[in-house]
Amino acid sequence: MTVLAELTGNIGTVAYGLAAIGPGIGVGIVFAAYIQATARQPESAALTRTYLFLGFALSEALAILGFVVPFIIT
Amino acid sequence: MSASVILASECPPDDPGFCAPSVLEFFPKPLATFDLFGAHFAITRITVILWIATAVMVWFFIAATRNMQLIPGRRQYFAESGYSLVRDGVAREVIGTEGLRFAPYLASLFFFILINNIMGIIPFAQIPPTGRFAFPVVLAAISYILFNWVGIRQQGLGPYFKNNLFPAGVPKLLYVLITPIEFASTFIFRPFTLAVRLFANMLAGHLLLAIFAAGTVYLFTVGNFSVIFGPVSFAMTVIMTFFELLVQVLQAYVFVVLTSTYIAGAMEEAH
Repeated sequence: MTVLAELTGNIGTVAYGLAAIGPGIGVGIVFAAYIQATARQPESAALTRTYLFLGFALSEALAILGFVVPFIIT
Repeated sequence: MSASVILASECPPDDPGFCAPSVLEFFPKPLATFDLFGAHFAITRITVILWIATAVMVWFFIAATRNMQLIPGRRQYFAESGYSLVRDGVAREVIGTEGLRFAPYLASLFFFILINNIMGIIPFAQIPPTGRFAFPVVLAAISYILFNWVGIRQQGLGPYFKNNLFPAGVPKLLYVLITPIEFASTFIFRPFTLAVRLFANMLAGHLLLAIFAAGTVYLFTVGNFSVIFGPVSFAMTVIMTFFELLVQVLQAYVFVVLTSTYIAGAMEEAH
């Protein structure tokens, strides 16, 4: 069977690129929700700021995992 | 200073290419090793950074609360503001009035993680001890045992597991699907992600800073046209340092907020 295409090098970089898709969209959704909520009701900004940071960190954690796992599995 | 120490310890000395810092950064040469009860201990520069950082933080709070006045002086004001951030902003907000019991633990957790995270950008230290996996694991284990202990003591052993594994309002047939997911989510993923989130953020941040810093040195000293990219690398180092400060404070805050959320979830009687 002939090899049609071949990719050599570090697959960890490809892995991080793929891993960053979901959290990128997720973090965008979290901040979009916060901006919309604050635009509709500015007094709620302080109330929802906790959930903003919480949601950001939880989504970002998966992207960070994608960055770090190739370093650990060497 | 750190870049030269790194390159000296890991890279072949006559290799003309760029020697990128790797995870071996977190495994420096031990300064002292000893065996105790069969366990092998090594004191490295990361251990010393941890001790000094924790000692500074403990000294600050002890010194600030030594002669407490009704009208606070500057040190007492900062210590009280910091403690109030966790006690009122997190413990009372997330858990409620019951949460004040946990405020000492949550504040200690927050300031311990914060000072050790910030060691990642302080000159002469420049490595966060929380980037060694053991430290977040122990902190997450303490939080895990705490929220389970609180839940079992509040609701009783049987009702605690029943409320967690068999949530109310679900058709009986779906329990086959829901219960394993709830079990894994509450008892396996929570401590794991608590530890890994902090560890991975600190590891990734440190590696980014190290690569940009070592890259700046390399681009300026390699001697060919690459020197025009040196300022780019330097600018990225500066920008990433500020970004790292944000991430470090945020990760300490998120660890404490999640711990208190788990405690609050364990303490409420019914979902």
